[in-house]
Amino acid sequence: MIPTPDAPIFRPIAERAVLVEFGAALDQAAHTSVLRLDQALAANPCAGFCEAVPAFVNLLVEFDPLTTDHATVTAHLCRLLTTKTTTRPAGNEREVLVCYDPALSPDLAVVAQQTGLTAEAVISAHLSGDYAVFMYGFAPGYAYLGGVPAVIQLDRKPSAVRGVAAGSVLIAGPQCLVTTLLMPTGWWIIGRSPTPILTGDAVRPFLFDVGDTVCFRRITRAEFDRASR
Amino acid sequence: MTAATFRVAFAGPHVTVQDGGRPGLMRYGVPASGPMDRKSFALANVALGNPAHQTGIEVSLGGLSLQCLSGAVTLAIAGGGFIVQIGERKLGAWAVITICAGQTLTIRPGPWGSWTYLTFTGILQAKDWLGSQATHGSSGFGGGKIETGQTLTITEARVMENCEGPMPCPVWARPLHLLRCVLGPQDRYFAAETIAAFTGSRFELTDAFDRMGLRLRGPVLMPRAALAIPSEPILRGSVQISGDGVATVLLSDHQTTGGYPKIATVLSDDLDSFVQCRPGDVVAFRAILPEDAITATRLNRGRFTAFLDRMSGSG
Repeated sequence: MIPTPDAPIFRPIAERAVLVEFGAALDQAAHTSVLRLDQALAANPCAGFCEAVPAFVNLLVEFDPLTTDHATVTAHLCRLLTTKTTTRPAGNEREVLVCYDPALSPDLAVVAQQTGLTAEAVISAHLSGDYAVFMYGFAPGYAYLGGVPAVIQLDRKPSAVRGVAAGSVLIAGPQCLVTTLLMPTGWWIIGRSPTPILTGDAVRPFLFDVGDTVCFRRITRAEFDRASR
Repeated sequence: MTAATFRVAFAGPHVTVQDGGRPGLMRYGVPASGPMDRKSFALANVALGNPAHQTGIEVSLGGLSLQCLSGAVTLAIAGGGFIVQIGERKLGAWAVITICAGQTLTIRPGPWGSWTYLTFTGILQAKDWLGSQATHGSSGFGGGKIETGQTLTITEARVMENCEGPMPCPVWARPLHLLRCVLGPQDRYFAAETIAAFTGSRFELTDAFDRMGLRLRGPVLMPRAALAIPSEPILRGSVQISGDGVATVLLSDHQTTGGYPKIATVLSDDLDSFVQCRPGDVVAFRAILPEDAITATRLNRGRFTAFLDRMSGSG
């Protein structure tokens, strides 16, 4: 049985969660269904609801097994699905500053070489993407953005590079990521951002919600240095 | 109010500040963290009359030595069968004791267990991140790693002589070698004989064991075909199978999403005593139905809560 955006599959996980699957492969319609159910659940949580985790094509719903069970939670989710709206849930647009100074973009020249573009054309392509936050993962604040234009989509490197600075702007395949920690990565480092994803704000500690759209704005090295101070 | 201060004479790797954890933020890539063995941690707090989630220290097999510089405070130790000493005086692995200026507490690996917990009758001063002092290991966010040479301060430190003495270690706090799990959520990517190999074989714990996860050595559990499954959410207790067929059980500081198939998920209740196993120990998995997992969890959780209530009543 293959799940679809209109006919999801509910998979029980251990004693405490249900995974709602809207597709078996990356698919915008499936992701839209994930966002819709996530928002409907946030607005109308069931008894014993703990947390929900949206990903590309599925939504994890964790519950308290002392209060409820898989069947009760699944029934609640089915009710939410039948009352769904037809519009795509609206995310907010977030701006991320990016500096492509050669010292901060160690892979820009290689990406240019492998795509047959000039470095300036790679930058233009990166800035032209329609980015949206599909999910978080890997580490706190690591938001996976879909929307990298096809002309600069490259497979990840064969092996990871260690000690990549926080704030690095990375691409691999259709995805883009702004790192929040010093971490190894096998993605291509094409710039550096001074925009904090971990905002340090108590009310809004993460810049993005899943479903937000993201727009990159180019800044000069001088502006980067001022913003990073 | 008085304070007690300590100098960290020695701290091994993976010794961290922990509290009840930081649930609710997995959608932002943040796992709950918190103690690897949540039950022993809660017992160590309740033994002192503290709330079960009050901030304490998780001690790894690396060990910990604290020299009390000033003041006095009563503390509790519960978890694995570690060797605990104040100066030359040996205590039991589970104990409540008062330490005074000039004395040194030393905790080092003993006959069994991988983690033990140190709690205080007072407030351990530690950094907060997103409403919790639990340390997220790979980022160091939260209370943070305990480092040799640093100073720890306990404010509102009290001495509670009436609590002092050895504590019994309940049998369910010992290492658990048979783990109950529910198959899935990606068991469909494995052939029936691979599932049978998973539930019918023994697995040895490797030394790739930290707060993120524990890699096992056992039969190769290859998925049916080369997979490109979209990354999906992960829970603590997920048994993830990497591309080369190796199983890893994900633990407190797990990644929140990932693209490897999860053949099964271990019951939360079994993880606390599973993490008290050591590299080289042998474990096996028993698959049960989701509804049976709920029944078992309610039974176990009820017993545990009753045990905590009796402890706080008698404390």
